[in-house]
Amino acid sequence: MIERKSINTYNMQKQEFTLSVYTENQIGLINKIAAMFSRRKISLESLNSSPSEIENIYRFTIVVTETETVVKNLVRQIEKLVDVFIVYYNTNEEIIWQQMALYKVPTLNIMREAKVERLLREFGAKAVVIREDYTVFETMGQEKEIDNLLHELDKYGLIEFVKSSRIAIIKNSEGIHKKVLEMEKNHPIPEHIHNEHLSQRNMIFDV
Amino acid sequence: MSQTNIPSVQTTGSLALLDAIVKEQVDTIFGYPGGAIMPIYDALFDHADKLKHILVRHEQGAVHAAQGYARASGKTGVVFATSGPGATNLVTGIADAMIDSTPIVCIVGQVFAHLLGTDAFQETDILNITAPITKWNFQITDAQEIPEIIAKAFFIARSGRPGPVLIDISKNAQMQTFEYKGYTPCHYIRSYRPKPIVRPEYIEQAAQVINQAQKPFIIFGQGVVLGNAEQELQQLIEKSGIPAAWTILGKSALPTHHPLNLGMLGMHGNYAPNVLTNQCDVLIAIGMRFDDRVTGRLDKYAKQAKIIHFDIDPSEIDKNVATHVSVWGDAKETLPLLTEKIDKKEHTHWLEKFTELNQKEYDTIILPELFPTEGELTMGEVVRTLSDMTDGKAIFVSDVGQHQMVVCRYAQEKIPRSNITSGGLGTMGFGLPAAIGAKFGAPERTVIAVMGDGGAQMNIQELGTILQYQPNVKIVILNNSFLGMVRQWQELFNEKRYSFTDIMSPDFVHVAEGYGIAGLHVNERSELKKAVETMLKHPHSFLLEIKVKKEDNVFPMVPQGRGVSEIVLTAKEI
Repeated sequence: MIERKSINTYNMQKQEFTLSVYTENQIGLINKIAAMFSRRKISLESLNSSPSEIENIYRFTIVVTETETVVKNLVRQIEKLVDVFIVYYNTNEEIIWQQMALYKVPTLNIMREAKVERLLREFGAKAVVIREDYTVFETMGQEKEIDNLLHELDKYGLIEFVKSSRIAIIKNSEGIHKKVLEMEKNHPIPEHIHNEHLSQRNMIFDV
Repeated sequence: MSQTNIPSVQTTGSLALLDAIVKEQVDTIFGYPGGAIMPIYDALFDHADKLKHILVRHEQGAVHAAQGYARASGKTGVVFATSGPGATNLVTGIADAMIDSTPIVCIVGQVFAHLLGTDAFQETDILNITAPITKWNFQITDAQEIPEIIAKAFFIARSGRPGPVLIDISKNAQMQTFEYKGYTPCHYIRSYRPKPIVRPEYIEQAAQVINQAQKPFIIFGQGVVLGNAEQELQQLIEKSGIPAAWTILGKSALPTHHPLNLGMLGMHGNYAPNVLTNQCDVLIAIGMRFDDRVTGRLDKYAKQAKIIHFDIDPSEIDKNVATHVSVWGDAKETLPLLTEKIDKKEHTHWLEKFTELNQKEYDTIILPELFPTEGELTMGEVVRTLSDMTDGKAIFVSDVGQHQMVVCRYAQEKIPRSNITSGGLGTMGFGLPAAIGAKFGAPERTVIAVMGDGGAQMNIQELGTILQYQPNVKIVILNNSFLGMVRQWQELFNEKRYSFTDIMSPDFVHVAEGYGIAGLHVNERSELKKAVETMLKHPHSFLLEIKVKKEDNVFPMVPQGRGVSEIVLTAKEI
């Protein structure tokens, strides 16, 4: 019995999905990818671009909150872009993901508080810069951990805070190295058409 | 082959571009020069023997002409335009080509590379403007990139699901001298898969479902035409005995008179195929994308049926309608595999249902539309007269609106690639330039541009292109003194509040005369045949301005927000 792939059997609940988009390194491609979301009025919660395990192949990591039906269609549309190799989409359970955050706090406040050391240990943070006037802490983790430390440091006169976009590794993927190699195996030997004018002096393009 | 053995020559970017275009077997270019593309035009001056350049009157006309050329010939249309306004004038046509999957390559000039981003004269960021409406676009600022990028452009435009490609070339690259090694066509891009791999197991599944079906129904679209799979479709239909209906871009993939051709789908399509979409047990969609004008309300669309979808573009599968079996691939490859596996059958009983409903539509709508004996001329009778008098062998290029629906409904077409129209985007002003392009693409065929009085004024300047190059295009303007389709909606849904739909027109015959094009007015039924005969016999372009019924409506109609089986035959039913 062949079943209809009913849209109702998909998870209609919106949830966080992480998209991993493997691409050529092409100027303007980021705009084309971003436009896929904006034209559907879907907001990009996080967007990261970085090199991948293969030289010259780039990897965008994108986070959206949408239903699986929407995400699946979106993934196929992005894959249709000529300079995109492949797109994976995963739920949070299927990936290992991290974000990084920096916090700038007045050093005086930190020094006065005895609890700070415990606090930093608890949140796995470390001090990157310690100056007379301010100290910069860094932490890595998931949104909640980063936000918790943020709330904590807020009490000590937090001056500046910044959080990076999400990066993620897919738990059960073999990467795309093999896939790209397979694709390149199919590469037909390029057939060079000689310019017939090249051997005929009088036909050579006049520059 | 080792690259070192290849002889090279010093040449300019412009000449390398023209060489690439010649090597891609392009013979016709539609374009308009300007400052930033002058080096290319200068090189073109010496290539008039190999490359015919058609100077249009507006860049939008160039894209539509290239679309008409591509749709009539199956070849890739090529457009030249300058930077800034030249490039932005292409936008509507590029969007049209994108949504209707037409292979065109647009070459546009750009300011010198060192001026990029300085708001230089006639500089626009055309790459970002066209990013969402091109299959691919690229900016060249170094002449050495030209051979490879142009090869990629043609490969991408015509392979897989075709589409428009735009290449932006800065003026310095056009003028730059470099070491040119000849042209290598592109057949492969590592990140691009034009066609998905055909999976026989899904064809097997599809055949199983079809063989068990009692009331199967085929609906096909332009994918059949783009894949040159008209024969393969006909063989499938004839062996399986399955009735078939088409989207407007699929029209003429199957001859109109074929006994299993049951007509047009969608909002103004035929009654039987719309009603029976919701009664069939298996719906086989081939090379079509379940556009909202075809499906009506999706939650009332073919809910009872098993859906089989054949398409080359994986992103179309399950996009609008969830499928039971999806077969990815080029129709040219997948259809014969399916035909092989299906049983030979006749669905006599099922076909009777179509005949029955057809009769209802014929009596209520078709008969009075095509064979009225009194009153003003109808669009339908004009279109049928045109198609009868050309023996169903003409190319009909329609504009957008009521007349477009009438052409698609009533023109009889025996030959593939006979129906050229702006389907997805619905671009008014498409008709005239597309017809000019179609004539260059298929010079041996009669090309008839059918337009309304609104659309005719939306690219009327292209009469100048006809004046200069004399493509033999027959122009028929169906004048009802209204923007008819919007007026129809205002009548039906806005209590006849005709908000800005009454439109005044010039005397089109006089306008044509100014461009050296002969023409005639037709106001009476008795004049029609003779006028059409005069037009067809005339050795050059000819224009007929035909006065038709002012407040006529196109029926049947699936009103917006209703299901296909809720199609109505008359205004009273709305």
